[in-house]
Amino acid sequence: MAKKFLSGNEAFAEGIRLARPQVISAYPITPQTIVVERLSEMVEDKSLESEFIHVESEHSALSCAMGASAVGARAFTATSSQGLLYMAEGLYYASGGRFPIVMMNANRSTALPWNIYGDQRDSLSQLDSGWIQSYAENAQEALDMALMSYYIAEHKDVSTPYMANLDGFVLTHTYEVVDVPEREQADRFLPKFTTDNKLDLENPRNLAFSAGPDHNYIFKYKEHEGLLNAAKVIDEAEEKFADIFGRRYTGLIETYKTEDAERIIITLGSISGLVKETVNKLREKDEKVGVVRIRYMRPFPGKEIAEAVKNASHIAVLEKDISFGNEGTVYTNVNSALHRFGADVRSSDYIGGLGGKNISSADIEDIFERIKNDDTEVRFLGIGGEEN
Amino acid sequence: MTEILWHGRGGQGAFTAAKLLGAAYSLGGEEKYALAFPSFGPERRGAPIRAFTKLDTKPIGDRSEIEKADKCIYLDDTLFTEKAFSELKEDGVIIINSRREYSDKRVIAIDADGIAKETLGRPITNTVMLGLLGGLGDTVSVDEVVKAIEEQMPQKLHSKNIEAVKKAAEKIKALKEGAE
Repeated sequence: MAKKFLSGNEAFAEGIRLARPQVISAYPITPQTIVVERLSEMVEDKSLESEFIHVESEHSALSCAMGASAVGARAFTATSSQGLLYMAEGLYYASGGRFPIVMMNANRSTALPWNIYGDQRDSLSQLDSGWIQSYAENAQEALDMALMSYYIAEHKDVSTPYMANLDGFVLTHTYEVVDVPEREQADRFLPKFTTDNKLDLENPRNLAFSAGPDHNYIFKYKEHEGLLNAAKVIDEAEEKFADIFGRRYTGLIETYKTEDAERIIITLGSISGLVKETVNKLREKDEKVGVVRIRYMRPFPGKEIAEAVKNASHIAVLEKDISFGNEGTVYTNVNSALHRFGADVRSSDYIGGLGGKNISSADIEDIFERIKNDDTEVRFLGIGGEEN
Repeated sequence: MTEILWHGRGGQGAFTAAKLLGAAYSLGGEEKYALAFPSFGPERRGAPIRAFTKLDTKPIGDRSEIEKADKCIYLDDTLFTEKAFSELKEDGVIIINSRREYSDKRVIAIDADGIAKETLGRPITNTVMLGLLGGLGDTVSVDEVVKAIEEQMPQKLHSKNIEAVKKAAEKIKALKEGAE
């Protein structure tokens, strides 16, 4: 392995180079642009053998990746924010067609007001589109997820597209030390893409067809099943990854000092590092606090979260998202899991980081302090609770 | 954690310096971690920009902008105001590319433009400022800076920039010895 000083975008591109997609179709958008630029340079200098197609829009980018996948090629695309929303129609086509495309999404706010900075409203608005969704904490995890994404998406029990989310700028544009695996190791980890779900002259079949009321629900059930199966394949991929590369990941969630914790923040993405540091600071003052970091929003780790927090007295979800007129979407998902899996814990929702607003360690300390007594509230960092 | 705050104008290479410093430190040994990033957003040539380097012996979770720095480095002295001191930690130091004299003991002013013109042939001072940091020696060594330039910059830029770094390091060492 070679140590390099890379941004999140560059690290992800290195992971994709090692995964050898045969087709890359993409349209640039800030803050995703650099991952696509780096990949185009790799194709140009022949360190990556791939057909690089610069399409005219995000809608075409995903349609093109789907066409490639439909002839059995490994396909990659990347987008962000409005670009993701513009390809929303295609998201459902790709998942319904069971095409295991990998897409990087640089998490960015959505308009209006126009804003290029990071929050997670773009990808969280697409939780129901049938894609696996991962959220990386740092550049190393981003690279490793890029390599693992194809293992998971293409597994015959899964056959589902994979959206790897990186926080815009804070992760995509920040440089840090990254171990870049050797090509030989990567090839040992990731098998070649083989599928029966492809257009093949020797074995003709119908793909991307219509299905009426008599059959449609069965396809939808199978799609659900594929996503649920992803959970065990993620474990399998991480096990094999640890064997080859020596880095071990923890499945759908990561727990940090939760074992004896009375108060726990549940969060996702790059803010998790600061929450952990804040936990360390509070632990020095004997405060029993911890963190659950959600690594995958789909498949959703409901059981794992409930298990991790069941002995706590209060949890807070910290998220960069709001479902207007309700609450943060992560909070909705978490509360449903607590109820369903019988974890009797009070919960609050803290919404921050919208449009790139900084979340500080003081903000996080304040959340831990509030949930000592606070009841189930939805609060906006820097604003306060709801008026109604 | 050591925190370095860079001030420059778009095109002067402040972010490149921030990045080279992070690479120089973190690629220089085991258990050394760095984050380097610019003030995010659209970039314009000539507009004030800031860049940040955080260095530590353990992974760095705080990805937010530096509020109080160990060192504030100004590639352009027109950006320096009295407000600069509010961004400084207690024992912090400000390094300015300037031919002016500053009365405050916390300020080191060096004509980096002069060194850059002499070595690079144009007043791009980012690697000169890194050389000054290397010369001070409490953040990274000159050797680590040289290695980072060799690893991170295009090869045709190596020899001149390494010369700039070494000249700058000598200059600040001489200045410090003179002060003592």
